[in-house]
Amino acid sequence: MKRIVLIFLVVLFPAGAVSASAGGAQFDHAAVDVGNKASLQRGAKYFFNYCISCHSANFSRYNRIAADLGLSELQVEENFIFTDSTVRDHMSVAMRPKDAKEWFGTAPPDLTLVARAKGADWLYTYLRTFYLDEARPFGVNNLVLENASMPHVLWELQGLQRAVYKEAGEGHGEEGHGGGKPVLDHLELVQPGSMSPEQYDRAVLDLVNFMLYLSEPAQIVRTQIGIWVLSFLVLLFVVTYLLKKEYWKDIH
Amino acid sequence: MGRMLAGLLGWVDARFPLSKLWNEHLAEYYAPKNFNFWYFFGSLALLVLVIQIVTGIFLTMHYKPDAELAFGSVEYIMRDVDWGWLIRYMHSTGASAFFVVVYLHMFRALLYGSYKKPRELIWLFGMFIYLALMAEAFMGYLLPWGQMSYWGAQVIVNLFGAIPGFGPDLALWLRGDFVISDATLNRFFALHVIAVPLVLVFLVIAHIMALHEVGSNNPDGVEIKKLKGDDGIPLDGIPFHPYYTVKDIVGVVVFLFVFAVVMFFVPEMGGYFLEHANFIPADPLTTPEHIAPVWYFTPFYTVLRAVPDPFGGVVAMGLAVAILFVLPWIDRNPIKSVRYRSVLHKTNLILFAVVFIILGILGTKPATAELGEMAVRFSEAYFLFFIAMWFSSTRRSAKFGITTAVVLLGIVTLYDLSRVNPETQSLVLYGWFIPAAYIFVMFLLPVFTSLDEEKVVPERVTS
Repeated sequence: MKRIVLIFLVVLFPAGAVSASAGGAQFDHAAVDVGNKASLQRGAKYFFNYCISCHSANFSRYNRIAADLGLSELQVEENFIFTDSTVRDHMSVAMRPKDAKEWFGTAPPDLTLVARAKGADWLYTYLRTFYLDEARPFGVNNLVLENASMPHVLWELQGLQRAVYKEAGEGHGEEGHGGGKPVLDHLELVQPGSMSPEQYDRAVLDLVNFMLYLSEPAQIVRTQIGIWVLSFLVLLFVVTYLLKKEYWKDIH
Repeated sequence: MGRMLAGLLGWVDARFPLSKLWNEHLAEYYAPKNFNFWYFFGSLALLVLVIQIVTGIFLTMHYKPDAELAFGSVEYIMRDVDWGWLIRYMHSTGASAFFVVVYLHMFRALLYGSYKKPRELIWLFGMFIYLALMAEAFMGYLLPWGQMSYWGAQVIVNLFGAIPGFGPDLALWLRGDFVISDATLNRFFALHVIAVPLVLVFLVIAHIMALHEVGSNNPDGVEIKKLKGDDGIPLDGIPFHPYYTVKDIVGVVVFLFVFAVVMFFVPEMGGYFLEHANFIPADPLTTPEHIAPVWYFTPFYTVLRAVPDPFGGVVAMGLAVAILFVLPWIDRNPIKSVRYRSVLHKTNLILFAVVFIILGILGTKPATAELGEMAVRFSEAYFLFFIAMWFSSTRRSAKFGITTAVVLLGIVTLYDLSRVNPETQSLVLYGWFIPAAYIFVMFLLPVFTSLDEEKVVPERVTS
């Protein structure tokens, strides 16, 4: 009977079940706010300095970023464009996919929509959980995306982290973790970067915020327009409801 | 000016039945005066159809049905086309809204017996509309050419391949290729923008014509045409226009409010209206971890997955949809409205709604042993609903009730014995109680209690 109740609970509360079934990885919450222009601008700075040299953002144009982030086209052209693209072009990458595949093992994916496909929390956690692993070609592995082929591009900012393991069975005493196999406990900073951990988290949050904006630029205006539309509909409801009442007075 | 217009109307009426149509379908179409909340969804479905057609026309102006360009053209609509994002969200939210509204509309028919004589054809046309809508939604979902578009279509088209004999050839013919490809995208586009919408519109016209021929049912399930005044107008009838037009407009505004909340604030609806994986371009070489159809297909998808044999699954799923068509001939009880049916019938309807929702939730989740067992049990409950519906068509004798319960329980148990193994035995045993409880309530309770007692249907509608 207990089991039936349990099964019912799992089905009736999908949210709990989804997070339980997400491969066990719990993502850190990214407190993003696409309405924060300063954060978006800082995020854009990191994005264009660290990401766009290998990754494209092919569905987005430079001048759209300029318009939405409150920057002039000249500012964007001087600070963000490192190829021979013009400010009206899509944010493509100079690297040829064939070369990229040879260098990294897999071509770096386009980043326009990655925040929509993976979610802000995923990105936020991913960019903060690179750790040293000599078995990997670039010397780092990742907690979120195991055996990621991406090097830790932001290592100068964050520094380098080492994985600290604990023996299975000790501590929580959970079952099903594979007897005796070391279990990852936490990441430990072994070589500090130019930023403190708090500064780095803040920088990654800005970057993720920008990428979230990039995945759907319309969201900046969407909610603002939505408020007006809803207000109009409330007014319209009052009018139409009174109209209905007036007509229906003689029906009983 | 007024005389000129009257003259113009006369001129038109002499050549086209404009006033006649207006009167027959609106101004002199007498609808029962006691419509409640449930009666909004018919006109709302019509509204959503219009939204889908109009937004769809604008989307086709910018969309490119080409495997190389499709994904990019959708992003172009989202970014570079003025208000393109709004049009696209209206269309994607509209697709889900269509099913919400249609499911509620269908449940209304279940509640008040709107499919019963003389409205069987209205129900049949409606069911064909529902089928066409499923085809329309399925083919439309391929067009953004994301991972879920691609793999969802792959899974569904492969279902046809499970049919013995000509199945594989049929799947090949549908795709126009050995996998989902540019050829498939192109033909799905053609079917989505012209073929199925045409069928839909014709069916909707037939649905409404049939309705206006026999007149609307109502929450009391009373035929208002039976009692007419001296002027030939039903005593409980009121002209659709202006009474129900002004009332439906209020419903429209409330609906648009909810619609706008989704469209402007949560257009993805947490991954249920727009799935996250669909923001990754279609990649024939990478299968997503978990392929889930969009929410409105998931109840039937669960029935499909509940049967281990692929063809058996297709048959079960087909049956789950097909059985709805014959509902007017399953439920033979002369009382239409749930208001005057037995407590058990009410229970059956509520259980059906709950079972349908649980089947839907199960269909969005990866299949584990526990969830798989639940899929089997709730699929059984889904079909038990219809048997209980038939059973409660009339008062049954105690002997008949006990025999039916024993036979049904026997079938369920025999099926369990055929599939149980040492690993799953406790799961199967616990799960067995779900159909057993359903059978106990619907077939044995009438034997021992008076919960199957029905009420007297009033002569006129109650308001």
